Amino acid sequence: MSINTSFPKGVIKKISGRCIVLHGDDIDTDRIIPARFLKCVSFQDLGEQVFADDRTELKGMHPFDITSNKGASILVVNDNFGCGSSREHAPQALMRWGIRAVIGQSFAEIFYGNCLALGIPCATTSKDMVNNLQAAIKHYSQKILELDLNRNSAYFNGVNYPISIESGALEMLTTGQWDATTQLIAQKDSLERVISRLPYLNNFEDKIKTYPRN
Amino acid sequence: MSSGTLYDKVWDLHRVADLPGGSTQLFVGLHLIHEVTSPQAFAALEEKGLRVSCPDRTIATVDHIVPTTSQLRPFADPLAEEMLSTLEKNCQKHSIKLFGIGSGNQGIVHVIAPELGLTQPGMTIACGDSHTSTHGAFGAIAFGIGTSQVRDVLASQSLTMNKLKVRRIWFDGKLSQGVYAKDLILHVIRTLGVKGGVGFAYEFAGPAITSLSMEERMTICNMAIEGGARCGYINPDSTTFNYLKGRVHAPNATSWEQAVQWWQSLCSDETAIFDDEVKFDATQISPTVTWGITPAQNIAVDAKIPKPQSLKDSERLIAEEAFSYMKVKPGEPICGLPVDVCFIGSCTNGRISDLRAAAQVVQGKHVAKGIKAFVVPGSEQVAQTAEQEGIHNIFLEAGFEWREPGCSMCLAMNPDKLEGKQISASSSNRNFKGRQGSSSGRTLLMSPAMVAAAAIKGKVADVREILRESQTY
Ligand code: SF4
Repeated sequence: MSINTSFPKGVIKKISGRCIVLHGDDIDTDRIIPARFLKCVSFQDLGEQVFADDRTELKGMHPFDITSNKGASILVVNDNFGCGSSREHAPQALMRWGIRAVIGQSFAEIFYGNCLALGIPCATTSKDMVNNLQAAIKHYSQKILELDLNRNSAYFNGVNYPISIESGALEMLTTGQWDATTQLIAQKDSLERVISRLPYLNNFEDKIKTYPRN
Repeated sequence: MSSGTLYDKVWDLHRVADLPGGSTQLFVGLHLIHEVTSPQAFAALEEKGLRVSCPDRTIATVDHIVPTTSQLRPFADPLAEEMLSTLEKNCQKHSIKLFGIGSGNQGIVHVIAPELGLTQPGMTIACGDSHTSTHGAFGAIAFGIGTSQVRDVLASQSLTMNKLKVRRIWFDGKLSQGVYAKDLILHVIRTLGVKGGVGFAYEFAGPAITSLSMEERMTICNMAIEGGARCGYINPDSTTFNYLKGRVHAPNATSWEQAVQWWQSLCSDETAIFDDEVKFDATQISPTVTWGITPAQNIAVDAKIPKPQSLKDSERLIAEEAFSYMKVKPGEPICGLPVDVCFIGSCTNGRISDLRAAAQVVQGKHVAKGIKAFVVPGSEQVAQTAEQEGIHNIFLEAGFEWREPGCSMCLAMNPDKLEGKQISASSSNRNFKGRQGSSSGRTLLMSPAMVAAAAIKGKVADVREILRESQTY
């Protein structure tokens, strides 16, 4: 199976792609990625292991195995998705399978934050809207959904589904600040300044010998 | 809000920028890495096309997965071998110093960094391992981080963090004979709870603390995390400076005086303001043993396992769970509880002074019949010193196994594991269900001297009695 390798980058305002529906409330991170896959040297294989136990049980009939869902990038779920332990591996596994956005009734807080840190928006909408959208996708599984973050909308098969994204998260995504690593590296000058004034990195030279200094 | 504490001063000195959302970008003075939490971080770094920003401030070792019997490569466990060879490749590629097996300096990450003089007062120290709090013993601000933060530190030598509050934990008096640093910290965790320190840095202070050696101080800060405090520290003093002097990576003779001056200036001011303060009396502490499944579920060795009605409401549910998992009865004494395995080692109590204290108890005696007892030095240096002093022979003659350095049965990510319902007397730091490698295995945490006592008696025993007996000969 080929894994999508162009991961989210920079400013994220619009995402479009085919959808994959996963029914059920309270789907926890243990189901998304079972614990035995955590002892690994890279996140690389996680894409293939996503929902491993559920998929084995359904013998090829799990949404993540069904051929027509291959290449889908927008996951549509129900209530309290991603609850349970805080493992970062869960959004990693989804991302590596190819998921770039999730739409659902609600998300567990830590899962939401971990997705955000990877540049994957989790958009919420009402229970009815989720049901309607899931039903529409069932009929038109090859159609493209367009998620427009700034407009709070998911456009699918001629219908506008109102979505919402928490304002802090929205700002981080649409300005590209969701990527902590890039943010940290951007402070190069300030980093240099700290390095140059820390005595233990400067042979404890006289000029910087006691705290505090300017 | 605290001010004038060592924590405040070190925080200020390492603050790079204030980030949107109220968190701070903090510079990391020393980044320690090991084979379990670094591989995914390196992979993530490479996916982003980034390089390690300060390879000379990054130090690696291997500890969690190493076997403690034969350390010949390749390891029998292919996953363990893969983890180590991945670390080796990453270190080579990014020019990071790795203290590997046979280097003379390999060992548990929290044992080797102090030993080499890498850990120093006033530093910020991060490692993908929760017991990084250990390094606070030197007056450093040291804390454990998750995989994505390991990636961030590799990429930028910094991370985002929120400032903690500071609680001073003051100890009057002095520890009695047969009572050790381990007992002191278990006592703190029992009193304040496993979540009592959430959101806090713990400053340990007072006469009972300043009279401790560096290794004892490390035991205390090591377990701050078990009390919920992400970091614990002790203000540096002459004990700290004497320990550091002459170590390989400590400041050399030309900068030594300046270094000491700077270190002293970092200590919490007399006028420092703490967010909270708690006082204890060290003379009231006895040798301590855990009876449950959290480090807070502990009692004095001569006390009885608590009855549910004597516990706070919030403690009762987990106590019930502990009674049934541990197969211990409320109201019964802990002393005399038979054990199967005795383990001396770990980053809490695998240092030379720990082995000396245990050897003192064991000397001239023999491990009780049917008990498996083994000693795992915390590092190659600890092993070497012990062998020079002949301590290993004391253990061997008493019927202990003498192993190669590593984390061993502290968490059993290596071949050292409990089997079935076995119960261990362990000098490590976590007695969680299944922690030592068997899903029904049970752990009693105690000081290394108490583990030695348990090994000789075949059951939980009061080390003070053994020490008293030995003195009458
Ligand atoms: S000895 Fe135990 S607690 Fe310490 S680093 Fe190793 S596994 Fe972690």
